[in-house]
Amino acid sequence: MMAPYLIYAIWGVTLLAVVACWAWQDGRGAGMVNLAAAVIDFVLTCVLLSTVPAKGATALNDYLLLDGFGVWVMFCLAIVYLLASVYALGYMRRMHGEEARLNRFYMLFAAFALTMFLAPVQNNPGLYWIAIDLTTIVSAFLVGFQRAPESIEAAWKYIVIVSAGLGLALLGTVLFYWAGTFVFGPVYDMTWASFGAIAPKTESVLLLLSFLLVLAGFGTKVGLAPMHTWLPDAHSEGPAPVSAMLSGALLNCAMLGIVRFLGILRGTAISGFAHTALVLLGAFSLLVAALFITRQTVIKRLAAYSSVEHMGVIALGFGFGGPLGTIGALYHMLNHSLTKSLVFFGAGNMMHAFESKEIGRIRRVLDYFPRSGAVWLAGAVAITGAPPFGLFLSELTILRGGMQGHDIWAVWWMAVLLIVIFIGFLDKFRAMYFGPRPEHAPQMKLHFVDVAPMVLALAAILLLGLWWLPAIWQHLAAIAAQLGEG
Amino acid sequence: MLIFHLDPLASAIFSLLAILALILAFVMLGSHWVKNHIYAFAAESWVIAALSAAVGVYGHYPELLFIAVLTALLRGSLLPYMLLRIVNDLKQSREFTPLLQPASSLVLGGLLVLFSFALAHRLGVRMQLADSIVVLALTTMFALKLIGFLMLVLRAEAVSAILGLLVIENGIFLGSQILVPGMPLLLELVILFDLLIIVSTFGLLIRYLHRELGTTSSRELTRLVG
Repeated sequence: MMAPYLIYAIWGVTLLAVVACWAWQDGRGAGMVNLAAAVIDFVLTCVLLSTVPAKGATALNDYLLLDGFGVWVMFCLAIVYLLASVYALGYMRRMHGEEARLNRFYMLFAAFALTMFLAPVQNNPGLYWIAIDLTTIVSAFLVGFQRAPESIEAAWKYIVIVSAGLGLALLGTVLFYWAGTFVFGPVYDMTWASFGAIAPKTESVLLLLSFLLVLAGFGTKVGLAPMHTWLPDAHSEGPAPVSAMLSGALLNCAMLGIVRFLGILRGTAISGFAHTALVLLGAFSLLVAALFITRQTVIKRLAAYSSVEHMGVIALGFGFGGPLGTIGALYHMLNHSLTKSLVFFGAGNMMHAFESKEIGRIRRVLDYFPRSGAVWLAGAVAITGAPPFGLFLSELTILRGGMQGHDIWAVWWMAVLLIVIFIGFLDKFRAMYFGPRPEHAPQMKLHFVDVAPMVLALAAILLLGLWWLPAIWQHLAAIAAQLGEG
Repeated sequence: MLIFHLDPLASAIFSLLAILALILAFVMLGSHWVKNHIYAFAAESWVIAALSAAVGVYGHYPELLFIAVLTALLRGSLLPYMLLRIVNDLKQSREFTPLLQPASSLVLGGLLVLFSFALAHRLGVRMQLADSIVVLALTTMFALKLIGFLMLVLRAEAVSAILGLLVIENGIFLGSQILVPGMPLLLELVILFDLLIIVSTFGLLIRYLHRELGTTSSRELTRLVG
């Protein structure tokens, strides 16, 4: 089987990019190296996606688990990494005073991607925890890269809150392992499969406690309310390519842990309760996002709260369970990764053009940027879940999944809040696209690399929204079946 | 399994060490001098190292002796040294803006220990382990966790935030030595080094905070809201 070698190749290429960017003191060259790594990673992940069976296989003495779900998360990640690497070429060049440190930015960027490529295929929950912890450390430096007071503040809050949260997840994992010692004896291999085998034989109070700790811990990293407080700061203060990576790639990687633990509880007495807990967190995230979106004044914070919203939707999808809920949530991961990257790229362009991150200072975008402004507007419509874009289909599927479950109230809750968010979010765009002319017209010209990733993402979400390819549906259905929700 | 047939002497030693670690957490809670926190943390790490060694000897896990040495070196010596250097460089010797007086924090800490005991006892009863060392291990684990969170909430200095996180980590590490001494060696090693990276990261960020914002108090990090 060649799949493990593909994984090693992805890690190796990305690691090479890290080293090369570190060694090559030229910012532009480092950017191209990083882009090359992203292209190769994307191609390799596509091959991986088509070769790995949903059922999965282990490799490297059981340390790696190559299954459909993990590879799907890697695929979303590879897409965002590629788009953000293209976009970073233009965006980072415009950041004045950072030229000398630019190669370090690309080094950290590739390292961030590497830590994220490590996480989804770990077969050992402990090592998965460590990979997630590493993503926090690397990305904290990216968030604080600009060294502005706000960025440093955001990086500090990010790392303190997420480390504290991940501490809970580690405690939960240790308690899971302890539960297993009553079944397998004092020493056994810690894998997702062995955890799944011990769950039915374990006292349900212990199981419940461990799961809630893990849910709160990885939920912090996913940005589920009320543990989301680091997210708007980190997403809004980092450079735009980093925001896209955090939102489109990292949150999915952390969600994977929650879903795997949810799968472990399959067939136990508390499985239903665990699903409900996830539904509650998702529902609360939607409420918090709706409230903050309607009153937001900073453009990237608006997009960040939209990430809280979409993680809430994905949590609802997995929480509803069943084939429809799970397939919808998986499709939503891909759609959200693409669309949110597009929104953050547009926001980054406009922040540079109007030299402000305040929504109130960005005005009449279409007058100055007719083409890229139109693409950004389409992205904004897409991110609110309007047809004909991909997010509409996945949200609809999740709602249908919810209707078949026990938590009907959550379906109505989600539908109402999605409408509130639709109105609130697009109202901010109405303000930015119409309204009075600004005093200073933006002088900046956008280049090919600033707009091309946005156009690519838009084309993809339009295609995914118009036509849910049967091949994708079948692939996701197989993953859902493997997760026990078929 | 270790917790089922433990001779009384070993049980007494484990209990003593676990309780010592808990008391040292209260030393941190009760003092507003940052250096005292660091010394108490160092002492706590040495206690945990001793516990690892004791578990290794009585439970026949030779690799735990190795972990004990590493714990003493990394957690007990290197980390406190790094923290002391940060404190000396930035001259933050005292917590100036605590939310509560030491006495009130101690009372709160005591309540948290009671809560942890109730939780651990309940778990123990449900699992028919109520009269073993498990209850004490779980109590210490949960209590250190909650005290760490309490320190994060009550303290504003950046170094105190790191110490709060380290207390949380210590609690997990201590509990896992007694509950799951056989936990794969690789994982324990990686977690130890992970801690080292985290503390270096924090150290770097604190210096940035100091340089860019002129403060290391989280109460003044108020630019980003809403």
